[in-house]
Parts: sequence; structure tokens; C-alpha cells
Amino acid sequence: MSEPQDRIENKSRRSFVGAAAVAGASAGVAALAPGLKLIEVAGAAPRAPGEPASSAVRWGMLIDTTKCASGCDACVKACATENGINETVKDPRQGSQWIRKIDLKDPKTGQEYSLPMLCQHCEHPPCVDVCPTGASMKRADGIVLVDRHICIGCRYCMMACPYKARSLVHMPLTEQNPLVPRGQGCVEACTFCVQRVDRGQQPACVEACPEKAMLFGNLNDPNSEIAQRVAKEKTTQVRADLKLNLGVRYQGI
Amino acid sequence: MAIMKQTLAALAAVLLLAPVLASAGTPKPDLKIENPGSCIAPVPEMRRNHMEMLKHTRDRTLRQGIRGEKASLNGCINCHASKTTGSVLGQGGFCQECHTYAAVKLDCWDCHQPKAGNHEAVGVKP
Ligand code: SF4
Ligand code: SF4
Repeated sequence: MSEPQDRIENKSRRSFVGAAAVAGASAGVAALAPGLKLIEVAGAAPRAPGEPASSAVRWGMLIDTTKCASGCDACVKACATENGINETVKDPRQGSQWIRKIDLKDPKTGQEYSLPMLCQHCEHPPCVDVCPTGASMKRADGIVLVDRHICIGCRYCMMACPYKARSLVHMPLTEQNPLVPRGQGCVEACTFCVQRVDRGQQPACVEACPEKAMLFGNLNDPNSEIAQRVAKEKTTQVRADLKLNLGVRYQGI
Repeated sequence: MAIMKQTLAALAAVLLLAPVLASAGTPKPDLKIENPGSCIAPVPEMRRNHMEMLKHTRDRTLRQGIRGEKASLNGCINCHASKTTGSVLGQGGFCQECHTYAAVKLDCWDCHQPKAGNHEAVGVKP
């Protein structure tokens, strides 16, 4: 299947913008005081109040499945704590899953993997394509969110997502985290802990992983650890054939 | 005839009293401001425009990622959550009192946390 025309155009535009940004960044590094790199300003530091998310940043995650232990769910628990996912559901199929652990086995070789699966923060997100209200949206820095103010709970996005990353809240909630509003009748998914990332922190799952199997950072910043590792090491996008250019990459699968 | 007179008198009483009753109307909301004096705008402006302020803020915050806006629901809570119930909802709750009086549906707090006590639960390792 050939790529849709707009996507190809988009890509070349993007690589041009990317190159321009890199050129700008090196100029910026020279201009800044010694020891203070522009990357730190654009990357991990908290964004100043009033400053919007920037398309110079593309948040991404690298998950090393060779380090991820089967049976460990520290990331899932940390996600639930941080995002206030604490409701008791009548039917377990109704529970929200922003991140879940999956155990896989290659039937031919017997090799086993364990990995966390979450919203892949697609560059071309099908959930955004199908949403009839515009509630599903991608922020400038690549984080895909649901604008619950206008989500009507139709669940088209849940059907469209190839990664089963989204959940619908089925019941009234009362114990939300003040920084993570969520409620009945809206679809939700992993936000990369947007409330933490905007303060310059790591997502809760990344911070909680005892094996340091998850790495979070700015894929557009050539000096970030994640950009350097994806440039040098072999990484895989799940269902790369869909050409969604995922923000989450895996190793060892 | 006597019955007729009585009925007429009763009717007249109702008609005469009606305007008085109407002006008494529903009692005005009894608002208690727990931390007065630090509102982001004068009271008349807040009364008329708080919904617009919050609506613009919500779009900028969610869609553009702009943090630290002047108007925020968490900001409302800081001053307006009741010290007794911890909430802006419920009997005597700052938001609920007025919205019930004005018969305007209030659904911000279906998703946003309406209690002040939960405000510190931020981050696994803050
Ligand atoms: S993984 Fe699913 S929910 Fe996340 S951006 Fe892609 S299509 Fe949307
Ligand atoms: S459930 Fe909400 S976010 Fe998903 S497609 Fe429908 S309106 Fe859009």
C-alpha cells in the first residue's frame, strides 16, 4: 500500500522543519551561557506559565522488554495512583486501563516477553481521525489527549485505536486527583502524565519502574538520552505496518 | 350566598397576597466565602463572567498546554471550599448554592475534584 499523498508531503515538510529547528538549536546553544544548554530549556524543564506546548518537542517513550519482569505491575499501580484511577467497577471489563501489562510467548521458540502497553501517542492518530466532535486531539508536543469538555462518549476512537489503548468511564466518580479531571461518559487514555511532564517531571510509570525499563524524553532533541538510543539501538514500533509513527517504541520484541 | 362571600373573600386575599409572596420568592443564596479578599476579579465581574473565564482557560490549558492561567477551578476551590464539608458542592456549598438558586446545571465537578482536602494528592513522588 502506498502512503497517502498528504502524509508524504507532511513528512518532507516535517524533516525540513526538523532540520531548521536543529540549526536553530545549535545557534541557540552558542548564544546561551556556558553550562546552560538550549535543550534543557526546551526539554525536561517545566514550561513557564503562559507558554504553550511546542512542536519543537516530540515526547516519546522507549520500553526495554528485556528488563521488564513478568508479574511486575509497578507501572500500572503508579499510573493508578497518579491519575486517580481508584473506582470499583461492577464488571471488570468496564475498568479503565491507561496502561496494562501483557505477557507474550512465541509458540515456535518458547521465548516469553512481558511488556506494558499504553497509548502509543501516534503521530497520525486514528482516534483523532475518527472523532466526530474534535475531542480527540494531538497537542503540539505529540501528546494525544481527549478533551473531555466536548467528548460525547460515542467510543468511535476506542474502535479505531489499533492498540486498545482507550477506556470509557462507566460510572460517576468522586475521588479524582485535582490535576487529573476524569468522569462518567468520557473516553480516556494515557496522557504521558501531562500534568507532570508540564512541570518538568517524568511520567509516573517511568519513575516507578524498579528495572528502569522505561525511558521518557524528547525524541526531537538529538542530545536527549532517548533520541540517542533510538538512533543507535534497534527499536520496534508495534504494528509499524500501520505507519502511524508511534511515540512509544519497544526493544527486545 | 354566605359561602359565595367567603369564597370571594378568600380569592381576594390570595390575589392581594400573591405579589407579596412573589417578592419574598426563593430565599437568596447564603454564601460564605472562607478566604475572602483574594479573588482574581471584582465580585460583579466574577458573577457575570466566571463561566467565560473558565471556558477560555480550559481550552488554552488542554489544547495548547498553557499552564498557570489566572482563572482555574483549583483556584476557586482554594478560597471557596467550605471549611466544614471541604467542598464547593452540597448544602451551603459555594458553587451549588447559587447554581441551585439560578437553576443552572453545574457539571464542572462531575470530572473536576470538588473537595479541597484532595488537593495534595499530586504525583507518586512529588
Ligand atoms: S495509541 Fe490509540 S489512543 Fe493512542 S494515539 Fe494512537 S490511536 Fe489514539
Ligand atoms: S468517545 Fe469522545 S473522544 Fe472518542 S470519538 Fe467519541 S467524542 Fe471523540
